[in-house]
Amino acid sequence: MPLKSLQSSFLKGTFYLSGNEASAEGAIAAGCRFYAGYPITPSSELMERMAFRLREVGGVFIQMEDEIASICAVIGASWAGAKAMTATSGPGFSLMQEAIGYAAFTETPCVIVDVQRAGPCTGQATRVGSGDMMQVKWGSHGDYQIIAFSPWSSQEMYDFTIKAFNLSEKYRVPAFVMADEAVGHLRETVRIPEKIEIWNRKKQKGIPPFGTEEADGVPPMPSFGEGERLLVTGSTHDALGYRKTDDPEVHSKLVQRINLKILNHRKEIVETEEYFLEDAEVAILSYGFTARSSLYAVKGLRKEGRRVGMMRLKTIWPFPDEKVSELGKKVRKILVPEMNLGQVAGEVKKYVTCEVISFNQTNGEIIRPEKIKEELRKIL
Amino acid sequence: MPEITKLIHHYLRHDKKFPHVWCPGCGIGIFLGALIRAIDRIGYEKDEVVLVSGIGCSGRLPVYVDFNTLHTTHGRALTFATGIKLANPNLKVIVIMGDGDAVAIGGNHFIHAARRNIDLTAIIINNSIYGMTGGQSSPTTPYGMRSTTTVYSNIEQSFKISELAVTAGAVFVGRGTVYHAKLLDSLMEKAFLKRGFSVVEVISHCHTQYGRQNRLGSAVEMMKWQRDNAIPVEKSLKMRPEELEGKILIGVLVDRELPIYQEEYEKIRERAKASAERG
Repeated sequence: MPLKSLQSSFLKGTFYLSGNEASAEGAIAAGCRFYAGYPITPSSELMERMAFRLREVGGVFIQMEDEIASICAVIGASWAGAKAMTATSGPGFSLMQEAIGYAAFTETPCVIVDVQRAGPCTGQATRVGSGDMMQVKWGSHGDYQIIAFSPWSSQEMYDFTIKAFNLSEKYRVPAFVMADEAVGHLRETVRIPEKIEIWNRKKQKGIPPFGTEEADGVPPMPSFGEGERLLVTGSTHDALGYRKTDDPEVHSKLVQRINLKILNHRKEIVETEEYFLEDAEVAILSYGFTARSSLYAVKGLRKEGRRVGMMRLKTIWPFPDEKVSELGKKVRKILVPEMNLGQVAGEVKKYVTCEVISFNQTNGEIIRPEKIKEELRKIL
Repeated sequence: MPEITKLIHHYLRHDKKFPHVWCPGCGIGIFLGALIRAIDRIGYEKDEVVLVSGIGCSGRLPVYVDFNTLHTTHGRALTFATGIKLANPNLKVIVIMGDGDAVAIGGNHFIHAARRNIDLTAIIINNSIYGMTGGQSSPTTPYGMRSTTTVYSNIEQSFKISELAVTAGAVFVGRGTVYHAKLLDSLMEKAFLKRGFSVVEVISHCHTQYGRQNRLGSAVEMMKWQRDNAIPVEKSLKMRPEELEGKILIGVLVDRELPIYQEEYEKIRERAKASAERG
């Protein structure tokens, strides 16, 4: 049962898809041929689509016994040479954290889609939230970096899933699509281009798979069975993969590198989008589904002649610090509306000196444009 | 060069990874010998073998051998192995676990891997205790015995790992002890060659922790206990239940045929492909 690749592995044209379905199609297009998962609302449609699509295109789909097993199978598949992913929501995401740390430390490419619901705990399983924005960065113990995107449409569920695979392969890092229930279940037009750019992990025989000369480099990644007789371990390891658990220098160098390889390449990774910022006095900084309401509110106030603008974070981690810092110099105040109690607002405050106003809603509902408008009026 | 030295030079990362972490007298070394001999007899290429382990004394084993080796998180070795095997079925995937690893923190994965019948071999080195962390009780610590977390004796019943594997659906289950090294060689070889989920439970001793706390003597004395208390499965059939009280059955407990995950998956994939082509 080797992995087989069929010719027509991705759809082309215009489709009417939910965010979850679009993400699955993006994964197939990116070359994902392994999915392991566990059912959880509101992400299950993604898994269900992968269940039949992967079988059609010669890939592997397996339903595991829990989310821990799912992410571990994904990491195993990645070392066996497959592009692999899983999807989940809050409770499952919490279970995955140890293995996410393993993937970060062993530099294993893999993609995780988190369709966020209202937490904490079981919370409101069918309702929207974005309470995992900090967990995705800090959920596992120790210091490590990840890459995370925040889609606001079905189209971006498709595009960002591909992007997540590409960057995950390039930097040998777990990459996340931090969707939310509203984006996951939203059904709208998705345009799939004729050609899609796909990046694959670098391979080079005889080169150490866990270290580079550069302090922020990404080593090539061989797979099992390619003649390298790899040693992969979640313990501290040297460039060849050998455990070095009592060597301060090896540990420090490795931890530094897995952080620097992402942080030093922030400019190539992060993406933001700006609306009406040229003459804005007050700006909204928004991401995910909430950014749709934010933009609507901004447009409404612009019609009234108010000088408001918006910055949208497409990448959440690594945090777009430079862009946010520039924004802070340009405007008097920044409003950050979020479906959590100010997780990203706190991050914004680190990089700006202007006033940051956190507007929060954690009732399991999307933030309506009128509410954002009202908040903006208060601070204009 | 004697035969044994040749094996050591060929299969061990002897120039890089030694000395090893195990206590003098530990049973894991005997098991490692059996593993290497079985692989050598079958004739697998080193690069087609993947050894996957979890955390604990047993978890260190793959680090010392020159195969593809994946040292994972505690209890999850089988799930990593599932991903490896399904993504590249040409690899021969062997999972090494301890008793705490396999049936405490990894218990759920163990029964599900057996139920699924993926073509893997799972080996559990059962020494009745958590050795590396300092001698705490494990799910296989017998009732009434001592550990650092059951100083006034263990009040829980212990798991019978092989019997659990049989019930959960493994197609091959064998149990040996590190005293019966030749039996271990043959069980290992049979398990590797069996298609489907095969299990070998290796009864070992931890004289450093379990033996010391329970005054069971040295490694030699604990291995004599294995010799005196292990009954071959065939012989046990002629014995009365009261004679079998407190004994360990060794040999092949189950060898049966059930549909193998990969083969079933292949059929599903053909159906899905045909259906997709029809549109």
